[in-house]
Amino acid sequence: MRDALGGVQSVLVLGGGSEIARATVRKLVADRCRTVILAGRRPAALEPVAAELRDAGATTVEVVAFDAQDTTSHATVLGDVFDRHPDLDVVLLAFGVLGSQPEFEADPSAAAAAVQANYVGAVSSGLVVADRLRRQGHGQLVVLSSVAGERARRDNFVYGSSKAGLDAFAQGLADSLTGSGVSVVIVRPGFVRTQMTEGMTDAPFATTADAVADDIVAGIRRDAPVVWSPAKLRWVFVVLRHLPRPIWRKVANR
Amino acid sequence: MSAHRRSLTGWGRTSPSVAEVVPVSAMDDIAAALDGLGPRGVIGRGLGRSYGDPAQNAGGRVIDFTGLVGIHQLDVDEGRVTVEAGTSLDDLMRWLVPLGWFVPVTPGTRQVTVGGAIASDIHGKDHHVTGSWCQHVEALTIVTPQGGKRRITPSQDPDLFWATAGGMGLTGLVVDATIRLKRIETSSLSIDEDRTNDLDETMALMDGGDDAYDYSVAWIDLTATGRSMGRSILTRGQFATLDQLDAKRRRDPLAFRSTTVADAPRLVPPRLLNRASIRVFNELWYRKAPRRRRGQLQSITGFFHPLDLVGEWNRLYGSAGFLQWQCVVPLQEEAALRRMVGELSASGCTSFLAVLKRFGAANPGPLSFPMPGWTLALDIPADTRADLPALLDRLDDQVVAAGGRIYLAKDSRMRPELLGAMYPRLDEWRRVRAEVDPQGVLASDLGRRLGLA
Ligand SMILES: Cc1cc2nc3c(=O)[nH]c(=O)nc-3n(C[C@H](O)[C@H](O)[C@H](O)COP(=O)(O)OP(=O)(O)OC[C@H]3O[C@@H](n4cnc5c(N)ncnc54)[C@H](O)[C@@H]3O)c2cc1C
Ligand SMILES: NC(=O)c1ccc[n+]([C@@H]2O[C@H](COP(=O)([O-])OP(=O)(O)OC[C@H]3O[C@@H](n4cnc5c(N)ncnc54)[C@H](OP(=O)(O)O)[C@@H]3O)[C@@H](O)[C@H]2O)c1
Repeated sequence: MRDALGGVQSVLVLGGGSEIARATVRKLVADRCRTVILAGRRPAALEPVAAELRDAGATTVEVVAFDAQDTTSHATVLGDVFDRHPDLDVVLLAFGVLGSQPEFEADPSAAAAAVQANYVGAVSSGLVVADRLRRQGHGQLVVLSSVAGERARRDNFVYGSSKAGLDAFAQGLADSLTGSGVSVVIVRPGFVRTQMTEGMTDAPFATTADAVADDIVAGIRRDAPVVWSPAKLRWVFVVLRHLPRPIWRKVANR
Repeated sequence: MSAHRRSLTGWGRTSPSVAEVVPVSAMDDIAAALDGLGPRGVIGRGLGRSYGDPAQNAGGRVIDFTGLVGIHQLDVDEGRVTVEAGTSLDDLMRWLVPLGWFVPVTPGTRQVTVGGAIASDIHGKDHHVTGSWCQHVEALTIVTPQGGKRRITPSQDPDLFWATAGGMGLTGLVVDATIRLKRIETSSLSIDEDRTNDLDETMALMDGGDDAYDYSVAWIDLTATGRSMGRSILTRGQFATLDQLDAKRRRDPLAFRSTTVADAPRLVPPRLLNRASIRVFNELWYRKAPRRRRGQLQSITGFFHPLDLVGEWNRLYGSAGFLQWQCVVPLQEEAALRRMVGELSASGCTSFLAVLKRFGAANPGPLSFPMPGWTLALDIPADTRADLPALLDRLDDQVVAAGGRIYLAKDSRMRPELLGAMYPRLDEWRRVRAEVDPQGVLASDLGRRLGLA
């Protein structure tokens, strides 16, 4: 159960291998989180993460096979997790693929697959989780959106549009959960140096998984509806959102 | 009886959760309220004056006892009353004070129910003489998942009775209780007040002099540091006798009025209670007290329940809410207490109400909070940004190291790992609970958070 100062005791991570998620869970376990369920499409790759968390003090750590693209499995796979763990304080929806825009344009079915994971898979698993949290009467769903969804860019609009869809979905879901005891925390990081962005040159305001994790933990504590990371991106995007398109194109393609 | 899903919090207004709330106003309602329970079980709730989450049950059912009010039996000669569990201590005082009887124990607010008083085994400023609430309960009627409805007494059913005392509602639903009252000649208190320069002086005065008084408590100024660290106002006294009253009071010696003079505003400017405002309040409060005063007459409200004058004052802390941290450390652990007061004062985590009390003997309840020692309680704004979570975790560790414990009726954040060390007879309590509730039907947010049950 979440406590009066926003400390949490259990977390389910969808996309357990995500670097941002790992940094976040490490911090939660360093506080008082003792139950961690890592769900991902390559369970074997999650075992070392699980071992590290056990060493750090988590007492119940499980790895579960979960593929965001395989939406028909979500009700069963996630339902099982909730049946075994009747109280999950936080569900961290962290999976996502960035992909490569030129490859998506060359192979539209690959683009569809990415969207299937980032958006469709999030809708499906998000709805399953929301239903279970609602029945539980408490809990937070933390959704890793992205500033890429704030305004589509020439060089990653497949990814960006999938995040825009995800973000809108999360906002609506949050509204649908008012009064249920469940809340949604939407996280909008900027450019984060992780395996996802490996080899890419830093965008302005580039940050680290660890710094984003600090912002996420603070957002969980105060139950913030939206977390920008770094925080100043909120104001940057107030401006960027309203730039005339020709100017935006120039800014975005720099 | 109409059930509806509602978001509930404790008095501190932190950690809300949603449950199906079922109001009851008669015994039959309770049977009905236990029908068709879902997997997340049920818990009783009184006036919600516990600070944290013991009267919440996320996703399950919460039975609201505040409609189950009334006196079954009153023996005015012996001072014995049988009342329904939702009856508040305010009700009892309004009915009984004019008859010359007072509740055996009163907390800092009258707005608590008899059921809540039993579940927390509450204590008052007279703990050093009279012990806690359940020591004045002669019998109670309880509904347990396994045994149904039964009437139990401390002599015939000591295990269940004492597991229920301080058992935070997790051993059964209390329906009514028979309570021994305290005789009073007047409704006024004769109070002595001492202003001290530091914590050592406060403790020395309490050590040496508490036995001469029925009621004793010290208010500590935690905003004072350095040589004044722990400076306090110590107030002690007892109910006045008729001959102590002035002529005006003597005309109606048992007069009792229960009113609030104002309600806290609904919309509070954010951070109204901040470091600066709390510091000013503490300074004024301390300065206003005389160095030494004897035999001042005070009303029941003035002495016991000044906060009840402002309705819903918990809203003053704004939307983030607040919490109370209350510990007790054994008598010989003065050094630990001094360290903790020092750390709190230095942290600048300011508090309006820090009170220090010297407890008397413990009772047989395995989860009953009081033990012979020093209890310190303070209200703190629930500021999640500061280093408050870590500070309180550190203080909890110090409490455990000193052989003390945290009061579950106030807790909203401690780590479950510490529970066994704080309450070494926890397993005994769990055995009793397993007998009366083998399926774990009785469940609360506090129970889940602390892995209590
Ligand atoms: C301003 C203030 C001052 C206080 N001062 C003191 C003090 O000096 N000393 C002290 O000891 N405490 C003090 N308290 C705490 C308070 O006395 C306890 O938390 C008390 O239990 C509150 O009673 P309630 O009716 O509000 O119960 P709730 O807060 O609603 O519930 C408390 C517990 O009682 C259980 N419960 C309630 N009714 C029943 C029932 N019918 N059957 C079974 N279980 C039931 C609940 O499940 C829960 O576990 C203070 C609180 C406030 C707000
Ligand atoms: N890094 C950034 O700059 C940045 C910026 C803003 C937002 N974000 C978002 O933040 C989240 C985490 O990013 P990150 O930087 O931590 O990236 P990451 O380390 O690459 O993590 C992404 C995770 O998603 C998993 N995943 C991908 N497809 C999946 C599927 N179909 N089913 C289950 N899991 C799947 C990946 O698993 P595999 O290991 O099996 O591939 C990987 O563990 C993502 O949603 C990302 O879009 C990242």
